[in-house]
Amino acid sequence: MNGPILDLVGIWTVILGLGVFFYVLLDGFDLGVGMLYGLHRETAARGIIMNSIAPIWDGNETWLILGGLALLAAFPLAFAIIIPALYFPVLLMLLALIFRGVAFEFRFKDKEHRGFWDHAFCYGSAVATFAQGTVLGAFIQGFQVEGRHFVGSSFDWITPFSTMTGVALMAGYCLLGAGWLVLKTHGELQDWARRQGRRALLLVLVAIGAVSLWTPYAEADIAARWFSWPNVALLAPVPLAALALAFAAWRSFGLKHDAMPFVYSIGLFLTAYLGIAISLWPNIVPHRYSLWEAASSESTQAFLLVGTLFLLPIILLYTGWSYWVFRGKVKADAGYH
Amino acid sequence: MSLDPVILSRVQFVWVVAWHILLPAFTVGIASYITLLEGLHVWTGKPIYLRVSKFWIRIFAVSFGMGVVSGIVMPFQFGTNWSRFADATANVVGPLFAYEGLTAFFLEAAFLGVLLFGRKLVPSWAHFVAAFMVGFGTLLSSFWIIAVNSWMQTPGGYTIGPDGRFFPADWTAIVFSASFPYRLAHTVSGFYVTTAFVVLAVGAYTIRAGKFVAEGKLMLRMALGFLTIFVPLQIGLGDAQGLNTLEHQPAKLAAMEGLWDGGSGVPASIIGIPNQAGEKNDFEIALPKLGSLYLTHSWDGAVKGLKDFPPDQRPPVIVVYFAFRIMVGVGLLMLAIVAVGWLLRWRGKFYDAVWYLKGLQWTMPLGFIAVLAGWTTTEVGRQPWTVYGLLRTSDSVSPSLTGANVVLSLLLYMAIYLLVYPTGIRFMLRIVWNGPLDADPENDTKVESGRPAEPVQALPHGDAS
Repeated sequence: MNGPILDLVGIWTVILGLGVFFYVLLDGFDLGVGMLYGLHRETAARGIIMNSIAPIWDGNETWLILGGLALLAAFPLAFAIIIPALYFPVLLMLLALIFRGVAFEFRFKDKEHRGFWDHAFCYGSAVATFAQGTVLGAFIQGFQVEGRHFVGSSFDWITPFSTMTGVALMAGYCLLGAGWLVLKTHGELQDWARRQGRRALLLVLVAIGAVSLWTPYAEADIAARWFSWPNVALLAPVPLAALALAFAAWRSFGLKHDAMPFVYSIGLFLTAYLGIAISLWPNIVPHRYSLWEAASSESTQAFLLVGTLFLLPIILLYTGWSYWVFRGKVKADAGYH
Repeated sequence: MSLDPVILSRVQFVWVVAWHILLPAFTVGIASYITLLEGLHVWTGKPIYLRVSKFWIRIFAVSFGMGVVSGIVMPFQFGTNWSRFADATANVVGPLFAYEGLTAFFLEAAFLGVLLFGRKLVPSWAHFVAAFMVGFGTLLSSFWIIAVNSWMQTPGGYTIGPDGRFFPADWTAIVFSASFPYRLAHTVSGFYVTTAFVVLAVGAYTIRAGKFVAEGKLMLRMALGFLTIFVPLQIGLGDAQGLNTLEHQPAKLAAMEGLWDGGSGVPASIIGIPNQAGEKNDFEIALPKLGSLYLTHSWDGAVKGLKDFPPDQRPPVIVVYFAFRIMVGVGLLMLAIVAVGWLLRWRGKFYDAVWYLKGLQWTMPLGFIAVLAGWTTTEVGRQPWTVYGLLRTSDSVSPSLTGANVVLSLLLYMAIYLLVYPTGIRFMLRIVWNGPLDADPENDTKVESGRPAEPVQALPHGDAS
């Protein structure tokens, strides 16, 4: 037999899956922090909120580039169909990320228009999150494809479902952001973050419930995936774990735990992420192309894998180190340069 | 007239990449300069290096942030607007893009945080390592993105599948395609020269402003010394890339030269107005046989002209022709500026010649103009292809896009960039006006009685803003 020794597509599925999940977690909490920034009225607290992510947001956003490029390199057919189909949400996300990214520097330097850059930061975070949520919704619903190309209209992505997932992701990122702030702040600001975390958690639960009912109702194959025997028993741990984690997160936001709200919120995201993956498996262009059909050539995947397996652990190591340098509660004197 | 998504997507790509390229053109060089200053500070212990380094780090922070966010836009353009290009070429260029992210972006981002915020949190050697890693990251990034660009210009190491898609055959030949070493050297050296002219201009301004004369002299001295080597080197590297273009992309070279009729002993067109429809140059001044001499190093060397290629395989000659002349003109001007600098040094008037320092203040944009002109030469010269000779630009655009879609996105990109870029440039200039303050109140904040103070609130107001 002449087949590959390793299942490259399987490995790349894991890498891409991890990369996207890392992005969702890391930029998720810092976009969430950006939205919470807009909800807090006090200037002093806002400074601390922003400083809690100032040294790390740039690294967090890098996972978005990696996700996009890994999709291009490992599953180019999916990239070539999905990205043009999401022309406007991707545009909105990019423009919003520009605004909030420059706000970190500009807000400190532009005293005359600080209010403007404050808005740029929180609305930029909100719009970028909403756009990512609609990307998720449109992705789950699938695209109009002919051959190797998206042939629908650039406005197909606007649906009630994608609007709902957009709002849902805003709540989700706020939950992660609140967890982060509980970890990184203390005193009144921390108490405030705990309250925001609980509010966001309630919204997230409503949203997860809505998606969990809506998708199997709308898509027969997703219903079959979850509710046919024996899947219903095998997959039951996922929703049950989600419920348990949601309960634990709720409790820990109320108790004096500093780290656990963030940890449980991450756990909740993981179960939601797994849920979506289970619904869509094994497709990467939902309802159309499987991971194997969309994969790049074996030589392409192998060439990139060699370096990736070497580089990813190093990246995680020094990224971890940069987080370690800025560990502990935020101090304003660690601020700009 | 209907809106053409191909033309509009090209305009959009030009818009987002032209603004973006200005930032690496500066950050690649300034990251290395900061590393050098930090290293000199660690090594000599002289505080002046630290003051100058801190000053440039503040400017670097603004430019790097803008570079990151405008850079995130770029890979998505290949999906949103050029999905057929992505589908056709991803098997070959996809990993190169991904390696840029893996080797460079994470390195820059992780160590940037430590460089900007961690001076008090890590030992000084670790801070130096952080500066080095950021600089090294910018160079790795240049390596990979220019590998992609070079492959599009001079593709190698591929096979073409039955559906027209490219597949890898030889990775070494893909990464190190025919024009890659020349392009990489010419581009990175160009970025360094661009940065050095910014340092030169800022140094001249700082001396003239009179508050930080020692720092200004240091910048001026370092920049002139650097440019003395790199401007001639850059001109030599440009010549080498030109000869490489003659070999591998003769139509582009003919457009750069404005050469319609090929043959042996071709003239050198000094200036004229290329007329694409008439297949000639209007109002031309040309010197006979000189073209063959510098292109082939022989008076009678044979060079192909534009008429040797079918009209639908020629680039827009007028754009390439003038962009090339602007780049060369700026290069020669740079050489003159350096020469005058040495003349003044030799007479001991380098720091005192007011007219020279005044003039230097205006040299800040020179490198950027040359970079944009050089980039226009090579990219417009590649037309009408995205992959030279193999994949047409008109066959690369996303099939689902309408002209109206692209008009809308283009207008939004224009509005946002026109707001963000001038603002960022204004902030950087303001840092320059404030000068290399030792303890900069704008950025060094204090802890008040153990409680963190809000950074901006801690500012003493009324300084030079």
